[in-house]
Amino acid sequence: MKERGTGPHGRPKELLTAQGLGWQREERLFADVSFNLHTGDLIEIRGPNGSGKSTLLRMLAGLLPSPGAALRHHAPVAYLGHKPGGAANMTPVENVRWATRLQGHPTTAAQAEAALKRLGLGAERFRLCGTLSAGQQRRAAWGRLLAAPQSVWLLDEPLAALDAAGEDLVRALIAEHRRADGAVVCATHSPVATPSAPATASIMLPM
Amino acid sequence: MSAFLAELRRECLLASRGSALALGPVVFFALGATLFGLAAGNADGYAHGVVWVLALFANALAAEALFARDHDDGTLELLLLAHPQLAAILGKLLAHWLVSALPLLLLSPIALFVLQGSLSDAGALLLALALGTPTLACLSAIGAALTVGTGRHGLLLALLTLPLAIPVLAFGIAASAGGSESTFALLMLAALLTASLTAAPFAIAKALAVGQEY
Repeated sequence: MKERGTGPHGRPKELLTAQGLGWQREERLFADVSFNLHTGDLIEIRGPNGSGKSTLLRMLAGLLPSPGAALRHHAPVAYLGHKPGGAANMTPVENVRWATRLQGHPTTAAQAEAALKRLGLGAERFRLCGTLSAGQQRRAAWGRLLAAPQSVWLLDEPLAALDAAGEDLVRALIAEHRRADGAVVCATHSPVATPSAPATASIMLPM
Repeated sequence: MSAFLAELRRECLLASRGSALALGPVVFFALGATLFGLAAGNADGYAHGVVWVLALFANALAAEALFARDHDDGTLELLLLAHPQLAAILGKLLAHWLVSALPLLLLSPIALFVLQGSLSDAGALLLALALGTPTLACLSAIGAALTVGTGRHGLLLALLTLPLAIPVLAFGIAASAGGSESTFALLMLAALLTASLTAAPFAIAKALAVGQEY
């Protein structure tokens, strides 16, 4: 049985190791990004537009190759990108249940509904995603992270398109996830950490 | 298994909701057979060939949207991160065949009738199509995975996959004739199906992963 949460001596457990990540295609975006992610960590990735924040996150998720680098996942990873991650012709509940089944952690309709309710979606849970507003679609996308929790959250601009209440909710969810022995890597322009739970580290990508 | 069923169910659900789009290839097949029957008059001798070529085109038509929609709404990224990934891709392949090829199979005796082909061959044609169309679906799905980042280039997809489909077409037409001589062609169709079903999920996964870089 694999132990979740803190290690045998009460120390934070390592969830993700990245060593020497770099991206070079037509132009060099970033080089030699290394960090260790432990339970309870929040690592913010910052940098100007086009500096490669999304590329780095996609690399961490395993969507992009990371040649010459050492990237190790010690725990399941959930990725929340810019795109909705749900079909426009399906309801948020259907999309959440599909996504969690795909990850191998099937959820019941009740679990998916509870997660979406927590995200402030009322009757919208049963409307087609294509008819929802941009902010509501963002909230719906969060559903799969709450319905079947994975230890590591990789978030790309989690505050984008959200109203003030939505931003507070996301900050609260991140803090809650860290307390529950999860960890978060987050590309962002505005801070997602709260004064009571500051970010563990910040990675600044140069232009 | 859960990933396989999840993707199979989702694709069928989406096909039933966007029914106009999903029916496109089927309508194309029916319309093509009718027009050909009207234009060629007595097409006896060509009937099998026409049915196969229409099935080929209908398949290429259906494949165009296979990954493009998922690419746009970001579900493709989740598909690539699925556990196990190959099961999800197989589920998608099966749904693709169920939605775009199975109706053609059911329509093929009617198409044969419209084309004034000999209806005594309908059983052999049905069997040949049942063995051949999954291979076509695999080939066009690989093509769709390769072209997913390039915008909606249906023509590029057709140019890429139609030449590869020539063996299926040749053996398919030979098998549709029925009789003892068609046994070899049927066996070849089955062999092609086995090979493509085995290789396609890996090829699709690789093509989609490469597409993520652009």
